[in-house]
Amino acid sequence: MSYIARRLVRAVLLLIGVSALCFLFTEMAPGTFFDEMRMNPQISPETISALRSRYGLNQPLLVRYGRWVQSALHSDLGYSIAYNVPVAPLLWSRAKNTLLLTITALLLTWLISVPVGVWAASQRGGLLDRAVTLLSSFLISVPELVIAVGLLAAVVRWRILPIGGMRSSDVEGLSTSGKLQDLLLHLALPTVILVLGETAVIVRHVRSSVLEVLDAPYVQAACGFGIKPRRVLFRHALPVAANPAVSLLGFSLAGLLSGSMMVEVVCGWPGLGPLMLEATLSRDLYLVIGGIMFSSLFTLGGGMIADILLLALDPRIRREGSDAQ
Amino acid sequence: MRSKTAILIAALAGVHIILLFAGFVAPYDAATQDRELPYAPPTRLHFKDASGFHLRPFVYASKLVLDGDQAGTYQEDRTHAYPVQFLLYGSSYRLLGLHGASLHLFGVVEPAKILILGTDGYGRDEFSRVLFGGQISVAAGLTATLIALLAGGILGSIAGYYGRWIDESLMGVTELFLSLPWLYFLLGVRAFLPLHLSALRTFFLLTSVIGLIGWARPARLVRGIVLSSRNRNYVLAARGFGASDFYILRRHIMPQTFGVLLTQAALLVPQYIAAEVTLSFFGLGVSEPVPSWGNMLSALQQYSVLVSYGWLLAPAGALIITSVLYGYLADTLHSG
Repeated sequence: MSYIARRLVRAVLLLIGVSALCFLFTEMAPGTFFDEMRMNPQISPETISALRSRYGLNQPLLVRYGRWVQSALHSDLGYSIAYNVPVAPLLWSRAKNTLLLTITALLLTWLISVPVGVWAASQRGGLLDRAVTLLSSFLISVPELVIAVGLLAAVVRWRILPIGGMRSSDVEGLSTSGKLQDLLLHLALPTVILVLGETAVIVRHVRSSVLEVLDAPYVQAACGFGIKPRRVLFRHALPVAANPAVSLLGFSLAGLLSGSMMVEVVCGWPGLGPLMLEATLSRDLYLVIGGIMFSSLFTLGGGMIADILLLALDPRIRREGSDAQ
Repeated sequence: MRSKTAILIAALAGVHIILLFAGFVAPYDAATQDRELPYAPPTRLHFKDASGFHLRPFVYASKLVLDGDQAGTYQEDRTHAYPVQFLLYGSSYRLLGLHGASLHLFGVVEPAKILILGTDGYGRDEFSRVLFGGQISVAAGLTATLIALLAGGILGSIAGYYGRWIDESLMGVTELFLSLPWLYFLLGVRAFLPLHLSALRTFFLLTSVIGLIGWARPARLVRGIVLSSRNRNYVLAARGFGASDFYILRRHIMPQTFGVLLTQAALLVPQYIAAEVTLSFFGLGVSEPVPSWGNMLSALQQYSVLVSYGWLLAPAGALIITSVLYGYLADTLHSG
């Protein structure tokens, strides 16, 4: 599959680009993790310079980058200065929770927005269409932080759902199904916040791409031949409209990851978000870079999945791929 | 839908003018604390007293009454009424940052206070803080948008106009920026900057970082337009007459991108306001005592505050109004 291979090469190139960009930024930035230590009279300057050389921060940029790449190839991604452990395992333990949250939100978003978007487009100008358009343009405009804080206020006030963390403190005594239920209850609030914000975006795109196809001459021709509207919609229009919608998948994952970072901090979900914030506040350089790498890796992974789906759904791309060979 | 666009622009202009003259509209200073009035609820406006109905509303002075170990409740002192006055002199502020002034749109005489949206934990007037904080947040959004559009416009035109390897490498870089979750990226860049900075430097660093991260999308749009108009006949004619590249870009190509850039601006401003708000909410942006919608909201990270003092959600309301107006404007510009 040369198409997939090309995409893979591009993704790897992008990852290299992202990491190079990160290191360039660290070079330009004034101050390091050890600046806070320097304020402390109990730590001698010799200790700090010893620590600096131990973490390789006194080396020139290219040497540091080379070492980091080496460590990335050993799946370490450098060393966290604050936690004193390799970055990758630390990030991975949190990334699992972020993935759980974002993938749940992603699935729910698409399960809601595809039917609603298609339905709204199929009765253009109707009551439902106008309601969906109005609601989605409102929800798109409202910043996700506001949605999060507002919903959190409602949930805290009326004690609808448990808040903070992933599980209740007394979870150990529960059966497996009880644990699952507990997890789902904790998952509910952050998921709803994410789904609300993202669905508004995706519904719009689904609706507009279906509308565009419905205006195409071949659909008009199919209608003219007297094919039933329902069959025109599902058999003729949808497969074509799927292409632009599916290619959104990668972008929607990027949006969800950004959103989820904020939501995790607000709701206390132990994902990458709070760790990343903590690393930013303590200027834990390699942990921050690792967090950016993880998030871009997930985004690119989402893009790859979208590409594979497109390949399966759209014969035009398959043909283009074989032409290139 | 010209009339709709006009209404939206008028409403947005209203919001910006109110924020621009925050010192005049706000009855109090944003930083002045009143330790006697922590978490005071919004002041009630009265029209009726013992002597009957008054057309001019008035307020009573409130006092915190402590009862045992409870947080205490606010009670109105009904013995003396303070009518709401318009155009009175109060705390001093700088009009448009230049001219010292102390005239306020409305207020009441001390010791009574008119607290439209209550106070925060330090007894600072929330309404005044929403206005002054809005100045910071909206200015951050506007500056960041300007930076993003400038960078995007210039790089996009260069890529579209010169084509070939310049185009390919620049578009490769935009892809890099677009494939990153922006909040992670923003936080990452913020991590490389010093944590403690003066408010002014934070503001400029923050806006330039937000703007520079966002240059990719406008750059792609501008590039598309430039690419399609590069070989139009009038451009070729201008070149034939010996016009320089810079002249052609400035005179013949750039004007075509204005429509797209305007729509992008309406789209980006609320996004960048939200970016500033999110960063300040995390404690990485504009820091106390300078108010911004973000650091005002961050007080709500404590659940007890979130539940008990609902009026502290006011910055969120102001944010919604601003963002929705901009969002609808972007919609109408885009479709019309």
